[in-house]
Amino acid sequence: MEKNRHLKDLEAESIHILREVAGQFERPVLMYSIGKDSSVLLHLTLKAFHPAKPPFPLLHVDTTWKFREMIAFRDETARRHGLDLIVHINEDGIAEGVGPFTHGSALHTDIMKTQGLRQALERHKFDAAIGGARRDEEKSRAKERVFSHRTVDHRWDPKKQRPELWQIYNGRLSPGETMRVFPLSNWTELDIWEYIQVEQIPIVPLYFSAERPIIERDGMLMMVDDDRAPLEPGETPKSMRVRFRTLGCYPLTGAIESPADTIEDIVNEIKAARTSERQGRVIDRDQSGSMEKKKEEGYF
Amino acid sequence: MAEVSARANASTETGAAHSDRDGATGESQLPILRFLTCGSVDDGKSTLIGRLLFDCQLIHEDTLESLSVESRNFGTTGDELDLALLVDGLQAEREQGITIDVAYRYFSTPRRKFIVADTPGHEQYTRNMATGASRCDLAIILVDARKGVVTQTRRHSCIAHLLGIEHVVVAINKMDLVGFDAKRFAEIEKDYLEFAGALGIPHVTTIPMSALQGDNISQRSDQTAWYDGPTLLEKLETVDVSTAAASAPLRMPVQWICRPDLDFRGYAGTITSGSVKTGDHVVALPSARGSSVSRIVTADGDLDSATAGDAVMLTLVDEIDISRGDVVCAANDRSEVADQFAADVVWMSERPLLKGRPYLLRLGQQSTVCQISELKHKINVETLEHVASRQLELNEIGLCNLSVTKPIVFDHYEDSRESGGFILIDRLTNETVGAGMIRFSLRRAHNVHWQAVDIHKDVRSTLKHQRACCLWFTGLSGSGKSTVANLLEKRLYSQGRHTYLLDGDNVRHGLNRDLGFTDADRVENIRRVTEVARLMVDAGLITLVSFISPFRAERRFARERFEGGEFLELYVDTPIEICETRDPKGLYAKARTGDIKNFTGISSPYEPPEYPEVTLHGGSRSPEALVDDVIEYLVSNRIIDEV
Repeated sequence: MEKNRHLKDLEAESIHILREVAGQFERPVLMYSIGKDSSVLLHLTLKAFHPAKPPFPLLHVDTTWKFREMIAFRDETARRHGLDLIVHINEDGIAEGVGPFTHGSALHTDIMKTQGLRQALERHKFDAAIGGARRDEEKSRAKERVFSHRTVDHRWDPKKQRPELWQIYNGRLSPGETMRVFPLSNWTELDIWEYIQVEQIPIVPLYFSAERPIIERDGMLMMVDDDRAPLEPGETPKSMRVRFRTLGCYPLTGAIESPADTIEDIVNEIKAARTSERQGRVIDRDQSGSMEKKKEEGYF
Repeated sequence: MAEVSARANASTETGAAHSDRDGATGESQLPILRFLTCGSVDDGKSTLIGRLLFDCQLIHEDTLESLSVESRNFGTTGDELDLALLVDGLQAEREQGITIDVAYRYFSTPRRKFIVADTPGHEQYTRNMATGASRCDLAIILVDARKGVVTQTRRHSCIAHLLGIEHVVVAINKMDLVGFDAKRFAEIEKDYLEFAGALGIPHVTTIPMSALQGDNISQRSDQTAWYDGPTLLEKLETVDVSTAAASAPLRMPVQWICRPDLDFRGYAGTITSGSVKTGDHVVALPSARGSSVSRIVTADGDLDSATAGDAVMLTLVDEIDISRGDVVCAANDRSEVADQFAADVVWMSERPLLKGRPYLLRLGQQSTVCQISELKHKINVETLEHVASRQLELNEIGLCNLSVTKPIVFDHYEDSRESGGFILIDRLTNETVGAGMIRFSLRRAHNVHWQAVDIHKDVRSTLKHQRACCLWFTGLSGSGKSTVANLLEKRLYSQGRHTYLLDGDNVRHGLNRDLGFTDADRVENIRRVTEVARLMVDAGLITLVSFISPFRAERRFARERFEGGEFLELYVDTPIEICETRDPKGLYAKARTGDIKNFTGISSPYEPPEYPEVTLHGGSRSPEALVDDVIEYLVSNRIIDEV
C-alpha cells in the first residue's frame, strides 16, 4: 500500500528527530511502553537507522500491573528485532507493597511509574529519553516541545522550555539535566492508526475486540487480568466484547465496548469517535489541568 | 449543556468526523499545511481556532462536556460555549485569560491535514511568533473589524514576512459587530494591502468573518452577499504553498553516520532542498571533496531518487571523509562557505544581545562559536524604520554582522529556510537566546586570508628559548593581580625571558579609551585586549595580562582565541573583605557610596574560574611566594626551562 502524503511527511519528520537524538546525545534511551504509540515509535526508530540497529537501548518501566499480554508482546518484540531491552521495576515500591488497589491510582502511578522512571534514568545515566507522547493527547501537551528540557530533579519547568525554530533542536545540557524527546509530537491518534494500517505494524492484541472478563467500577470497564483484583462480595466478572484504546496498568485502564477486531474497523471507529482517547484513563480524571501538574512532577 | 450557535455543517449532523476523508491510502497528495494564527489580545484568535476545530467536528463529546463546565467558570460568552477555552492550554493562562506560549493544534478535512501554530498576540511575545512562524507556510492575521489595522497587525505582518511566510490571510473578524458592512471591510482591506505592499508580502487574501458565529469560516455567510472570495477553510484547503524547494539545488545536511559493518558507510539526513538520484555528482562542504551517489538507502528498499523533505541515507562511490554537520550539495551548485555574514536576528532572552560576546551558533547540524561583530541597526517592526543601537533587548530584531570561529556552510534565508536559519545559544545556561536569518555573506571573509609567513611563532619562541603563552590574571580589584604580575615579569626578565605585561587600567588610557563600563563595553574591552595579547604571543613573547575580567564567558572567549596550552588562567583568589581593606585606589569606598556604578564584587558580579590552571591564594600568601608558585608551574609545564 502506498502511504498518503501527510503520513510520509510525518514519518520523515520523526526520523529526522530520532537521528538528531543519535547525533546530539551521549546516552539516549527509547521509552518503550508497549502501546500503539510505542509500536509506531519503535517502527520509526528501526527505519531511521536502517541498515544499522538503533544506537540506543529500549527501556520499559514496569509497574508490575501491566496486562499480561503486554509483557508477552514486549519480550517477543525485543527478541524478534534483537533489541537491547532494559526492564526497570521500582524495587522500593515492591518492597512496600505499592499497588493501585491498596494505594490508589495517584500514589501507585507516582511511585511505580514516575519514581521508577527517575531511578532508571539515574541508574543508567541516560541523558535523553525518547517518548511517544503526542501534542493532541491533552490540552497541556499542545505546548510541549519536541526536545523537552528537564531539570536536575527531573522537573518540567515551563520557563526553561526552549523556543524551537525550523528543524533545529537545542539538546545542550548542563551536568545532571536530561531531555525528553517526542518524535510523535505532530501525530494525531488517527495518524497513528492509519500508519499502523499501511505499515502493518504489529500491536498488542488487546487493541482488538474480543470476549474478556470484565467488571464495572465507577463507570469504568475493568478487565480482570489476574487474581490480584479484589472482587466485592457477590461480584463476578462477566464476559463482554471489549477492546482498549490505550494500554497501561490493567486496574487503571478502561475498556470500551466495541466490535472492532481489525485495523480497518478501528480506523473507522476512530473516524466516527465521539469520545477522546484519554477518557479511559483514571489518571486524568481527578481534575481539569491534572496532566499539567503531573508533568511538572516528572510524569512522562 | 450550553447552546452552541453553530451553523453546523454536514459532518456535524452525521457525527462522522472524518467520514469523507480519503484515509491513509487515499488520493490526497497535498502536503500538510502548517499555518499560524496571530492577532491582538481580544481579536478572537482562540475563538477562531476553536471554531475551525468545532466545524471540522474534532471536538469529542467528553471534551464538550468539560468545556461547558469550564465555559461557566472561566468563559466570557455567557451561556454559550466559549470555543476559545478549547485551545487555551495551560491552567495558569486559562485563569489569567491570556495565551503565553506557542500551542500546536491539529485538524483535517477530506482534502488536507493541518497543523496550527497558535501564537499569542501580546506585544512582548515576538519570540513566540517567530518560533511559530519559522515552520509555517501561511499566516492568518486577525483584525478586529471595529479597530481596523493596528500596531499589532503591522508587527505580526512584519515578523511573518521576516521569517519567510509568503501567504497571508487577513481575517477581518467580528464583522457582526459592524453590521457586516462592505464599506468597512473595503477600508480595512485597502489599509492592509498598502502596508503589505511596502513589506513585499506576495500573496494576500482578505476574508470578512465572524469566528463567534461561524460566518465565512467553513460555511459561506448569507450576511456577506457582497463578498465573492473563498471561506477561510476553502482557502486553507486549496492554497498552493509548494515553494521552489524541490527545484532548488540539492542540499542534504548530514545528521548521523551509519556504519553497521566495515562494508557499509551511509550518510543519514533529510533533504532540505532539491533532489538527488543515483549517479549524481555531489560535494561535501566545507571540505569540497567530491564523489557521486551510489545508493539511496531506506528501510523500505533503495530508491532511484529522492526529493526535498525525504529522510534518506546516501552512500557514495568514493570513501571521503564526511561527518555530522557537513552538507552534501549538488556539485555544480554549491552552498556558500564563509566565516562572516550578515543576518536578521530576533532576540529571545531577558539578557540583551551584546556585541562581541561569544554565543554558540547552530545552523542545521553545524555548531560553532560566534560573535556579533557589528549591530548595524534595529528594525522598528511597526514602522519598518531602522534605529541605531548598541544592543538588542528581548523581542527586538536587528540586522547584525556575525563572525564564526570556523567557516559554516549556508544559503541565503530567502532561498532556503533550512540552510539559512540559525539559532544562538547561551554557552552558560544552554538556553536558546536568539534566532537569525542569513541575508548574505560578507565578501571581506572571502578576500582577507591570513598571510602565510615563513617566520612564525614557533621559530620566534625557539630563538628566545621559551614557549610563547598568555598568562591571564583574573580576580577582584585589589586582589593583587597587578602586584603579582609585575613581580613575575621582573623575575622572568632577570632570567633572560622575553615578556610583555598588559595591564587593564593602562590599556584603558590608550587603546580602550573610548570604552566605558557597561556590559557591552566590558565585552569589547576584553576582546581588544585578547587580540593584542594574541599578537604578542604570536611574536613569541610570554604575555602577562592583568585584568579583572569578571565574566566566565569572556574569559572562555579569550581562551578560545589561542591554541591549546597557550592560554593559562591564573585566578588570584583573595577574599573580597581583604581586597576592600586594601582598596589601593579608593574604589571600593566609592562603590559603596554609589559613586561608581557596576563595580565588580559590589554592584556587578564576579564569576570565579571553574578550572583555572593556577589558583593563587592572595589572602594567605605573600606576592613573592605566589610568584614562586607560578614559576614552578611554568617550569613543570615546559614553558620555560629550569634556571
